[in-house]
Amino acid sequence: MKDKEIVVMESAGLKVVSKRLPKVDGRSIVRGEARYTKDFVREDALFAVIVRSPYAHARIKNIDTADALAMEGVELVLTHEDVPRIAFTTAGQNYPEPSPYDTFMLDNKVRFVGDRVAVVAARDRLTAEKASRAVRVDYEVLPAVFDPEDAMKEGAPVIHDEPDATGIHDAPRNVAASIYAEVGDIEEEFRNADFVSEHTYYSQYEQQVPMEPHVTYSYIDEVGRLVIITATQVPFHVRRIVARVNNIPIGRVRVIKPRIGGAFGVKQEIILEDLCGHVALRTGKPVLMELARDEEFYGTRPRHPMKLTCKTGVMKDGTMVANEIRVVANTGSYGSHGLTVPSNAGSKSLPLYRARAIRYVAEAAYTNLPVAGAFRGYGAPQGYFALECHMDEVAREIGMDPLEFRRKNLIRAGDMDPISAKLGEGKEGYEREVRTCGIQECIDLASNAVGKGSGGREGGDGVAAGGWGPFRRVRRGVGFALCMHGTGIPGDDVAGATIKVNEDGSFNLLIGATDLGTGSDTILGQMTAEILGVSLDDVIVYSSDTDFTPFDVGAYASSTTYVSGTAVVRAAEKVRERLREVAAELMGTVTGKLTFEGGEFRAPGGKSLHIKEVALKSIYGETKRQISETASFLNLDCPPPFGACWAEVEVDLDTGMVRVTDIANAIDVGRAINPDLVEGQIVGCAAMGIGYALTEEMLFSAEGRTLNASLLDYKIATSLDLPDIKGFIVETVEPSGPFGVKSVGEVSMDPIAPAIVNAVFNATGVRIRELPLTPEKVLTALREAGL
Amino acid sequence: MDAPAGETLVEVLRRLGFKSVKDGCYTGTCGGCTVLMDDRPVASCIMLAAQADGSRITTLEGLADGDKLHPVQEAFLEINTPQCGFCSPGMILTAVSLLRRNPNPTREEIREAIAGNTCRCSGYVKIVDAVVLAAEKMRGGARR
Repeated sequence: MKDKEIVVMESAGLKVVSKRLPKVDGRSIVRGEARYTKDFVREDALFAVIVRSPYAHARIKNIDTADALAMEGVELVLTHEDVPRIAFTTAGQNYPEPSPYDTFMLDNKVRFVGDRVAVVAARDRLTAEKASRAVRVDYEVLPAVFDPEDAMKEGAPVIHDEPDATGIHDAPRNVAASIYAEVGDIEEEFRNADFVSEHTYYSQYEQQVPMEPHVTYSYIDEVGRLVIITATQVPFHVRRIVARVNNIPIGRVRVIKPRIGGAFGVKQEIILEDLCGHVALRTGKPVLMELARDEEFYGTRPRHPMKLTCKTGVMKDGTMVANEIRVVANTGSYGSHGLTVPSNAGSKSLPLYRARAIRYVAEAAYTNLPVAGAFRGYGAPQGYFALECHMDEVAREIGMDPLEFRRKNLIRAGDMDPISAKLGEGKEGYEREVRTCGIQECIDLASNAVGKGSGGREGGDGVAAGGWGPFRRVRRGVGFALCMHGTGIPGDDVAGATIKVNEDGSFNLLIGATDLGTGSDTILGQMTAEILGVSLDDVIVYSSDTDFTPFDVGAYASSTTYVSGTAVVRAAEKVRERLREVAAELMGTVTGKLTFEGGEFRAPGGKSLHIKEVALKSIYGETKRQISETASFLNLDCPPPFGACWAEVEVDLDTGMVRVTDIANAIDVGRAINPDLVEGQIVGCAAMGIGYALTEEMLFSAEGRTLNASLLDYKIATSLDLPDIKGFIVETVEPSGPFGVKSVGEVSMDPIAPAIVNAVFNATGVRIRELPLTPEKVLTALREAGL
Repeated sequence: MDAPAGETLVEVLRRLGFKSVKDGCYTGTCGGCTVLMDDRPVASCIMLAAQADGSRITTLEGLADGDKLHPVQEAFLEINTPQCGFCSPGMILTAVSLLRRNPNPTREEIREAIAGNTCRCSGYVKIVDAVVLAAEKMRGGARR
């Protein structure tokens, strides 16, 4: 993509920010020298594996570990009888977490196929796996429930009957969380509307599939502290939670996040660290735990499946007066992110359209299926799949063009967003004002980039488009979807940054913000360099180590560039001002008389000093000192990025196969600090969204066993499954963001699936309301429609 | 060197310190462990070390000439292709192998060649861009 495709706002004078600079870790990555968690492991480390439940719901009556312990090379076998019983949540959220404390390191009950039963540590992986099969478990099998609506019915098996869990909304009814938020009088508005339309949509279990599986390495250092090197988005939450469940002070734990091989939300979760740390504490030896790829599917935290019912009231002229979404979410067997993901499905999607009355109602039910959790978009892709399909349906029902209908009702700059005040992070939220909105530019860019000449753009049936052979019947169509999102969690997100001056004019930037492959090390370095008037090469970026980097909630909720970025900018400004004092001393003047530009402090009369000389003199001059500044930022806002996706599909009428032949994703990100990396998010989200729309779904047997726990059977897109995805950056300058940033990493995922589903409708006239659009599902629908 | 029976190539390589070789699945499905065996990309996690006996194995550590990057590495760096970087070692080696066989591949041929190397971050666009750029560099017409 070339610069000319970017709608560039005022960026004059910026020297490092807004530039396509190579990632600070790029060179080490392409040389194969970047170090990930497993690359730090000592040769003599123990390997620990989890013994997992074969049953969806059972009580453990007895565990016999004698045979396993007797095997040569086995170091330790632990069951629920051997570890502290402390209720916690595996959700890596800020304290106090809004998720229920319904999980134990090891429990006397298992709640899904694959749940933790015991842990076996041995000299190597093979020995540990062999020994894990020798652990004899006597189960009392209990009735299980897999459908969230069945789970909430009278008489359903109670999944969390333990007395010591806390924070569950209604444990006897299997309701982990419940949400109700209303703005205006919705029933009144529905009564007065000229037309009311309601549709129900279903979304699936989707897996994040980071290329690097969950991996944690723990050891005890020379002063007896527990060190955990781990693939995590949330090192500080890991430190707090591991300390708590192991009954040791936080100060005795050090968590290091090296390079991370992708995360997408699934590493905002304590999957291994509690147990791995515990085994290190028990044995005093280094311990490695690494999930096998099949465990990565059932043993982590996929996207919450949801049933979403959208109900909308409109007037004859297309004005929306009432908009409601009701959700039943499946949180699986534990309530990790069980309140906040469903909350976000409404709070991120409903504000997109102005309506006098808005209502959001959701319940999250426990089932005996794998635990759901945080996944890029955090409920919003589910919300937008439903809302944006529904908007197409409503427009069609009232005889309006789907784009015109949306345009008439879209939120715009200057509007307040009242529903966000009601739907916070598991509590009351903050009302927000839309200060910048680039959605019209997004619409223009995406709609002009896709589907030229494919026909059927105006919501009619698609045209027959020929095919590869004379017998192939295909139809082409174009669909679109719009979205907005948020940036960070107001009132909750806090980030710190420390910048230390070195005598050669280089600067250490120490941040708790966690680069997962997102490029945050690079863009936070760019911000630092811009403010200090140096080049990116002069900034030595380090993330994250709880001993050396200041607190940061971690990488989630599209927060890092905005929240951690603000902390970085503040720290850099403080350092610059300290150096200005040194420069004033050196030039025999006062700070107020010095200007700073392009790395030079200038005094009236023409004298100037470069910041690098000032740095040298600050340490080796007459008044020697170490300048090092820490700044912190508490986020109270949540400025919305906007987006539009246009997709062209080809539907094979004989096989039901849907192929995305062209797709454009245009996102208003605020300012793009490094356009290359922003495009990486916009395009990468589109790829992931295509999988969400068409192929990705965890399947379960009637007993609750995951049927497709491998990369062969669970279909993420390969290079052959995707077109050349077009990503467009729209820049606005958000006044509250550092350099005008908003966010990009999640908003870009929101419009993809509905755009594709709408395109399939456009091509065939067939409306499918259940993800993913597998050939089987599409073919069945086509046959029912007589195609 | 000796390797115990049953030890896979990826295990031996990583034990010897070639940590660029990534194991993301142990079942030959992700491509993270790709190395070149006599210039041919292979999944080193589903190959016994013994099967590599007598072959020349190239990992990413062996690609650059000191500080001088291979054109494929240069292209990946210039285009800012790597995101998390976990697939990059395997991806780069697969691209090197392709360009040795086919110095002027089409985008479709590049997509074909890297189909066994899974990337979850990028959507592959910047990977294909980088291989196109590397091919130009290797043919002597470096430009962006």
